[in-house]
Amino acid sequence: MSFLLQRVMLNPQQCLDLDNIQLNQLLSQARSSKLLASLAFELENAGVRSHLDQSVDRHLQSAVLIHEKQKRDLAYDSEKIKLALDSIGEKLVLLKGAAYLLAELPMGKGRLITDIDIIVPQHRIDDSENALNKSGWKSGNVNAYDNRYYRKWGHEIPPLTNERRDTTLDVHHNILPPTVGPKVDAGLLFQNLIEIKSGVFTLSWQDMVIHSATHLFHEGEFHHGLRDLWDLDRMLRDFPRRIPRFWEELVSRAGELELQSSLFHGLNYAQQVFGTPIPDGIIDKIGNRSMSLRKPIMDFLFLRAFRPEDPRCKLPYTSFALYLLYVRSHYLRMPLYLLIPHLARKAWIRQLSTGKNSSEARGNDAI
Amino acid sequence: MQLLSYLSTEELRERLARGELSMRVGPYVYKIQSNLPFIAEGIATLYADFKLAEPAEFVDYNIAMRQSGILQRLRGEARFLFDERSPFDTIPSGQAYAFLEWGMNWCVSLHSNEYLKLHAAAVASGDAAIIMPGVPGAGKSTLCAALGLSGWRILSDEHAMIPLKTTEIVPLCRPVSLKNESIDVIKSFSSNAIFGPVSEETHKGVVMHMKADLQPDSHDTKTLSVRAMVFPRYARGEPQQLSPRRRTDSFILAAYHSFNYSLLCENGFEAMKTLVQNVDCYDLVYYDLDLAVHTVNELPGLKIS
Repeated sequence: MSFLLQRVMLNPQQCLDLDNIQLNQLLSQARSSKLLASLAFELENAGVRSHLDQSVDRHLQSAVLIHEKQKRDLAYDSEKIKLALDSIGEKLVLLKGAAYLLAELPMGKGRLITDIDIIVPQHRIDDSENALNKSGWKSGNVNAYDNRYYRKWGHEIPPLTNERRDTTLDVHHNILPPTVGPKVDAGLLFQNLIEIKSGVFTLSWQDMVIHSATHLFHEGEFHHGLRDLWDLDRMLRDFPRRIPRFWEELVSRAGELELQSSLFHGLNYAQQVFGTPIPDGIIDKIGNRSMSLRKPIMDFLFLRAFRPEDPRCKLPYTSFALYLLYVRSHYLRMPLYLLIPHLARKAWIRQLSTGKNSSEARGNDAI
Repeated sequence: MQLLSYLSTEELRERLARGELSMRVGPYVYKIQSNLPFIAEGIATLYADFKLAEPAEFVDYNIAMRQSGILQRLRGEARFLFDERSPFDTIPSGQAYAFLEWGMNWCVSLHSNEYLKLHAAAVASGDAAIIMPGVPGAGKSTLCAALGLSGWRILSDEHAMIPLKTTEIVPLCRPVSLKNESIDVIKSFSSNAIFGPVSEETHKGVVMHMKADLQPDSHDTKTLSVRAMVFPRYARGEPQQLSPRRRTDSFILAAYHSFNYSLLCENGFEAMKTLVQNVDCYDLVYYDLDLAVHTVNELPGLKIS
């Protein structure tokens, strides 16, 4: 069941025994999983990178350079965003990749990001948008339907793009849309913020884990699934060393936020795929009977999603599993009376758009 | 090492279908998979003199141009894949050849950063190379093709790859992409030009690729020394002329035409500085190809033998 990338990420020394065909497969799996720069760091740490042939290492180095560029750009952009939010007396709270990079956390090493995610309290969302607009972050081309949809049913506003720098900013007011089963009290998230540098905050370590798991298990597409699971693994290896009662607090926090189910899956698959050390009894404490009963089905689906898109390592029924997960994500995201008209409309738009626009219609499924 | 032309049409088609066609392109190895017949035809024509890579060699770029599923067949669409993932939309299969070539460019543009990469055509005579950066439409590919048909060795019509802090260039010879009227211009410039499949109605119009490895040393991988940077601009109704260009302006323009100048950060700055300080820079305004080729032939210190 294991695959090459997984084996080498966990045991970098194995890289030295690979032939050229396997090395090609390894890099290809890492690149398509958005883990190439992370792999470079793991190999570097283990002292393996310097033994690789130049023709192989140049690909790792290229990914590291892209990562470093993103980190530089993020440092600049986050200062500008901080200033914009300062003007309305709001703090900058970074989420996901941007937080991992700027806080210099282990999962930030080699982490590639596509946009900057931040969260502000819901009642400040309009003020924040205005302040960001003034400093050059503008809504792009969002059609009226999507715009209405985002604002009424979403947990974020339509993405803002910086006019001059072309970077994308996602402004959230919650970690899940209000239409989803568990109603997360977003106010709780602002209680235990961590200041990583002057005026820049992240969620608490526990909330960061829960958010990462929640995001992962409400996704409809798993192009970054393995990478997100890697994030989770790195956090769970690092955070318990930072706080003495990490695991107990994690369990009780998931209860407060009513996100036990996502955390249950998150811990489960991090452990199954990356062998994350989790103390005995923790997963049982988070799970309940219904989660345990559903586990074999979930395993069937998710263990197919957390693999590289390499035909040589695909398990049987992968497309079927991915399709069911796609349907599941929509089902989780909205009640049927919203879902059916929404999907009907999407299907209609897709039908109307010819080849050129089809990805646009698909891209909008992100909401 | 075998050349691609060693394979029979049938063998080439089978290898492509199985995804087992690996070939050397400059410093890289591409592995290509395709089930479209005119992809095989295009490759047979334009890559005949490229070296095949050994099966046990490391592959830099795994790519495919594939038509899969009934729906794609019915609609006549195909998809470019990189590492089994498609970075772009599906395209009409009639444009697949042009998109395969662009996809091959894209691999280098996005995923290779060991060199300072300029968006430029490059040609050489002996050990001396000229770089010709230009925005799309500036006529760099047309001029590059014409120079190639006049005895110059084509190094690339897309990427000038400069090892950091040197004034050298790494050859990356691949077919030259010609668009719209420049296809006829080149056909009337020389009857020796060899063309691949035509792709119509792409976002760039009609596109054809020209075989670029016309010299015996076209596939040498040795770096060459850059002697001049020429910024070509195709302009009808303006006086044709070659004029020296200030180094400071050339630096800024070349940085603008670079794929990874800002990604390389200080190293990018140092690399560009080394290059611009040591090569002569010119503007070339032209509309007559014969005159343009003659002008490049006569560049000071660079006479073609």
